[in-house]
Amino acid sequence: MLRLRARHTETVHTHLCRAYPEEGCGVLLGRERDGRREVERVIGFDNVQGDERQRRYLIAPEQFLAAEKQARGSGLDVIGFFHSHPDHPSRPSAYDLEHAWPWYSYLIVSVERGEVRDAHSWRLTDDRSRFEPEEIVLDSPAEPADRALRSEE
Amino acid sequence: MIANVRIHLPTPLRAYAESQSSVEVRAATVGEALRLLVDRHDALRRHLYDEGGRLRRFVNVYRNDEDVRHLQREETPLRDRDTLTIVPSIAGGAPERKPPSWATGEDGLPPLTQDELLRYSRHLILPEVGLEGQRKLKAASVLVIGAGGLGSPLALYLAAAGVGRLGLVDFDIVDASNLQRQILHGTSTVGKPKLESARARLRDLNPGVQVDGYETTLTGDNALELIRPYDVVVDGTDNFPTRYLVNDACVLLGKPNVYGSIFRFEGQASVFDARIGPCYRCLYPDPPPPGLVPSCAEGGVLGVLPGVIGVIQAIETLKRILGIGDSLVGRLLIFDALDMKFRELQLKKDPECPICGDHPSIHELIDYQQFCGITPTGEAEAELARWEIGPRELRDMQERGEEFVLVDVREPHEWEIARIPGAKLIPLGSLPARLPELDTRTPIVLQCHHGHRSMRALEFLHQAGYRKLKNLRGGIEAWSQLVDPSVPRY
Repeated sequence: MLRLRARHTETVHTHLCRAYPEEGCGVLLGRERDGRREVERVIGFDNVQGDERQRRYLIAPEQFLAAEKQARGSGLDVIGFFHSHPDHPSRPSAYDLEHAWPWYSYLIVSVERGEVRDAHSWRLTDDRSRFEPEEIVLDSPAEPADRALRSEE
Repeated sequence: MIANVRIHLPTPLRAYAESQSSVEVRAATVGEALRLLVDRHDALRRHLYDEGGRLRRFVNVYRNDEDVRHLQREETPLRDRDTLTIVPSIAGGAPERKPPSWATGEDGLPPLTQDELLRYSRHLILPEVGLEGQRKLKAASVLVIGAGGLGSPLALYLAAAGVGRLGLVDFDIVDASNLQRQILHGTSTVGKPKLESARARLRDLNPGVQVDGYETTLTGDNALELIRPYDVVVDGTDNFPTRYLVNDACVLLGKPNVYGSIFRFEGQASVFDARIGPCYRCLYPDPPPPGLVPSCAEGGVLGVLPGVIGVIQAIETLKRILGIGDSLVGRLLIFDALDMKFRELQLKKDPECPICGDHPSIHELIDYQQFCGITPTGEAEAELARWEIGPRELRDMQERGEEFVLVDVREPHEWEIARIPGAKLIPLGSLPARLPELDTRTPIVLQCHHGHRSMRALEFLHQAGYRKLKNLRGGIEAWSQLVDPSVPRY
């Protein structure tokens, strides 16, 4: 279960819509307790993928280290990442699977024609064979800005 | 040198190393340290190494605070108390938007463009055609022999349907008398080569079709070469030598020959494919004697008739390319426009057929003019010339007041259109019955439209004992052109 606050979803949406038609990406900082993940902060990154940014994103190790440092400073952890699929469903691609790390939450947001359509969170299985959906819980009652972030299929 | 080093694991990997955040190993290089790590904690292996045993691309290793990719990668040496940190890089992305094969053509058939999708949408929504069928049409090549009555609807519909490459063989010039049925051409192209006229019309209809023009007569010398690069041959010719030539060339090359012919109010169509059915020679082993079957120019033809037959040929051609429906192979379709009836004859392959039978005697193309009795030998030519008289000679005879009778053997409705002053009308068919009107002692000049029927009349009269005979070379047509332009031409 991944709990997101309204202001976090808003930051994610704004960042990803700004990146459109390229893919946008960033990290989710927070805590895990008894299998429940609370997002406490989101950081949008520049997509540093060299080419094909319309369908590829990359968070470089230096960016990761910087994020981790920020997290530690606040007593948080890097618990996952978010990225957009421009004009494509919010399901993980084969490329996502190939590059995935275990444990992290992968929040994928479908951005169609510059607007958020929906979002799903995913986690890699131990055997790396597939992603499993992770429930998203929105912290406050859905406001217009959050409507797109739904956990149901 | 072996060193004691500590490897720091990122949060996601700790679960595979008994929840430790770091592991100590003794190793000389980065590579060795990582291998020791996964040997000790095998569950880590698949997350750090790929199936080929190479370190995964998104696994970055730092020695102290330097990325080993900037050092010596896995060969980077280690010293005591060095720390190694595994740092994730995070990558991913949307599924590859792979363009469909109909747009790339990577499956071997040519791709279709957006314009083509719109142009052919009525085909594309037919399941029997669809994208694949339309691409088959685009990949196909059809050779149309003759850009006349049959060739017109054929070429127009094949081009409209999107056949990728259309070959046209014709050496003729557009004549005003063609326009009653040859809808490829128009008033503005009278006097121009038919190929030029056809090309302009087809380009306007469908610029995506490649039109190969061959401004030549199909002969035994060029037929194989012309036909070889095409998938299907459609015979739109109006004469027997070419029909046999097209048939034989197709049999020899193993090509389907979509046949059609027209006369007056009747037409025929079939598909000859000697590999799976009969050929034209199985149906007609011998050509008719020259002159027995009049051409359209002599016998006339209802202008719409080639439309019906040509369109049947076009349909058979498309079906053949698409591989759909029952073809006319082994069937002769006969259309009668006056009765408005289609009849069908079953055709069988003739085991005795000289070209596609069990023991063929024809292995290469022959002289088809001669085969059809059309090319006169030198002797026959001289013989023919002996009986002929030119239009100017005839005029001179008239002007000198010589005694002779000019017999016009055309039909009364032709007589109504035009006649040579002083001529006596005895239609060819009634000649035997009206012999008493002709005196064997008086010289007779015979005349028709172009000189063919009158030659047969001459042969008949000769057999009947007449000797003072002449045939007007070129008929009333030549008379009008060379002697008296006031006589209408038709």
